[in-house]
Amino acid sequence: MQQITVISGKGGTGKTTVVANLAALAEQAVLADCDVDAPNLHLLLKPRTSRERVFKGGKLAVKQEEQCKHCGRCLAVCRFAAITDDYRINPFKCEGCGVCVYICPTKALELQEEETGTIYTSQSLYGPMIHAKLKTGADNSGKLVSAVRKEAEQSAAETGRGLLLIDGSPGIGCPVIASLNGVDLALIVTEPTRSGCSDLKRILAVAGHFSIPALVVINKDDLNQAISLEIEGHCQKGKWPVIGRIPFDPLVNQALHVGQLLVESYPESKPGRAIKDIWAKLSNF
Amino acid sequence: MIITVLSGKGGTGKTTVATNLALSLANTQLLDADVEEPNSAIFINAEFSDRSEAVIKTNPVIEQSKCIACRQCVEFCQYNALALLGKQLLVFPEICHSCGGCIMVCPTAALTEGEREIGRIRADQSNRNPEFWQGELNIGEETAVPVIVQLKQHRAEDKTVIIDAQPGSSCPTIAAALDSDFCLLVTEPTPFGLNDLKMAVEMVKELGIPAGIIINRSEEEYDYLIAEYAQSEGLALLLKIPFDREIAFLYSKGIPFTENQPEWRAKFRQLYANIEGVVQNAADNRN
Repeated sequence: MQQITVISGKGGTGKTTVVANLAALAEQAVLADCDVDAPNLHLLLKPRTSRERVFKGGKLAVKQEEQCKHCGRCLAVCRFAAITDDYRINPFKCEGCGVCVYICPTKALELQEEETGTIYTSQSLYGPMIHAKLKTGADNSGKLVSAVRKEAEQSAAETGRGLLLIDGSPGIGCPVIASLNGVDLALIVTEPTRSGCSDLKRILAVAGHFSIPALVVINKDDLNQAISLEIEGHCQKGKWPVIGRIPFDPLVNQALHVGQLLVESYPESKPGRAIKDIWAKLSNF
Repeated sequence: MIITVLSGKGGTGKTTVATNLALSLANTQLLDADVEEPNSAIFINAEFSDRSEAVIKTNPVIEQSKCIACRQCVEFCQYNALALLGKQLLVFPEICHSCGGCIMVCPTAALTEGEREIGRIRADQSNRNPEFWQGELNIGEETAVPVIVQLKQHRAEDKTVIIDAQPGSSCPTIAAALDSDFCLLVTEPTPFGLNDLKMAVEMVKELGIPAGIIINRSEEEYDYLIAEYAQSEGLALLLKIPFDREIAFLYSKGIPFTENQPEWRAKFRQLYANIEGVVQNAADNRN
């Protein structure tokens, strides 16, 4: 099974639009929305959810007030400033390491498993789809990403589908690394802006760091030709193929508003043709 | 006053808002806490010197000769940052949270604290307003939070502090927003924008920080998506920035649009005045 992760470094460059349209073209893919922080693929693909389960991916220190003697040892050892001066635990700062639990002489503290998200098993028109929602403020988004991928891999094995298409999150940190880990290919969607270009360089370096081959798509390609050329130059130097250019077209936004896929509703439009072209090139890799 | 600029969804215009707001006010400090992909420097035209401050993370260092393979550290670590392969103890520094627990539980003092650089903090040397700092996470590192925490230690007491945060609603975004007086939520009037705004709103409510909304790429026919939601949540709609190819083009070139459209500076100053009003109201309600 081939695994392709669509990422961007910079947010809002069009990852999800690209994934949804590729899903429609691929016909034989399993889909995984690994942007667990802000999942959106379901809004375009409108899958029917058959199962949802709570994911416990972290722990939090919890205190039994009556056993606390206010000795202050927990406060002294916590490296995350998660214990207040009056010995309460700030759940937003607690990283669930367990050091306070270990040091507490009266066993007033314990680590409790924490629900960090929900995983959904769904069926879209184009194939099985696994997605998730990280609980607000929860840690360890990387763990939830890995769990989504594992379920998606199982689904691909069960249904005999040969392609797993992963929608990643912006950034270069833990959820991105978890969504890249061990995949065959990274498809990077960028835009010709100073910010897009700067972020592209960083995400390409991340892909390189983990030895993942990367291909690049320039979305909103004609917004700034000069920067588009600069991106191309950078990609040429690093031997990252630029396999597609999607024009800046109001149709893209319009389709998004009514929940349509460009390759279905406007297959002969410029952006529609551009995405079909990307899929044709992608299938050759 | 500390204002953090947030969004659930990426690419909605946080940096546009943060930089243009910082440039429109006097006596401001701008902190770019989107340390995975910092971009404010482009719009501020920051001049960085070669000098920068390292963000150091600690992680355990193993002295194999003292290790008796008792597994206590491996079992203690909640992040699976230690593993025992036969009798060989391994540490994975990228996923270590630097809690110090393994060192504490090791009965033979085989573990000591080592240091590793995971990012850098840079400051603009130009002496222009805003005073500008940015954090940068090194390539291949997973945990952005320590970089954000260290960046925020440079907060100026005597200035209006504006923090450009990372998209999302998990730990790095929260680290940026914690201890702020106000959160500005930037969104766009699309189904994606609305969906992700809801998460950002949920987050600021849990944090108990007053907030308001800015619609970027505003289009009259679609703004109702956000306006209706804002009303249902009792959140003020503070500003609309139109969907405009000129603004998009200026953005692409790294130019803050208030520079070419100076009439917007007054709007950003008014935005700030409105924020002060909301913060004051929230404080009154608390008392």
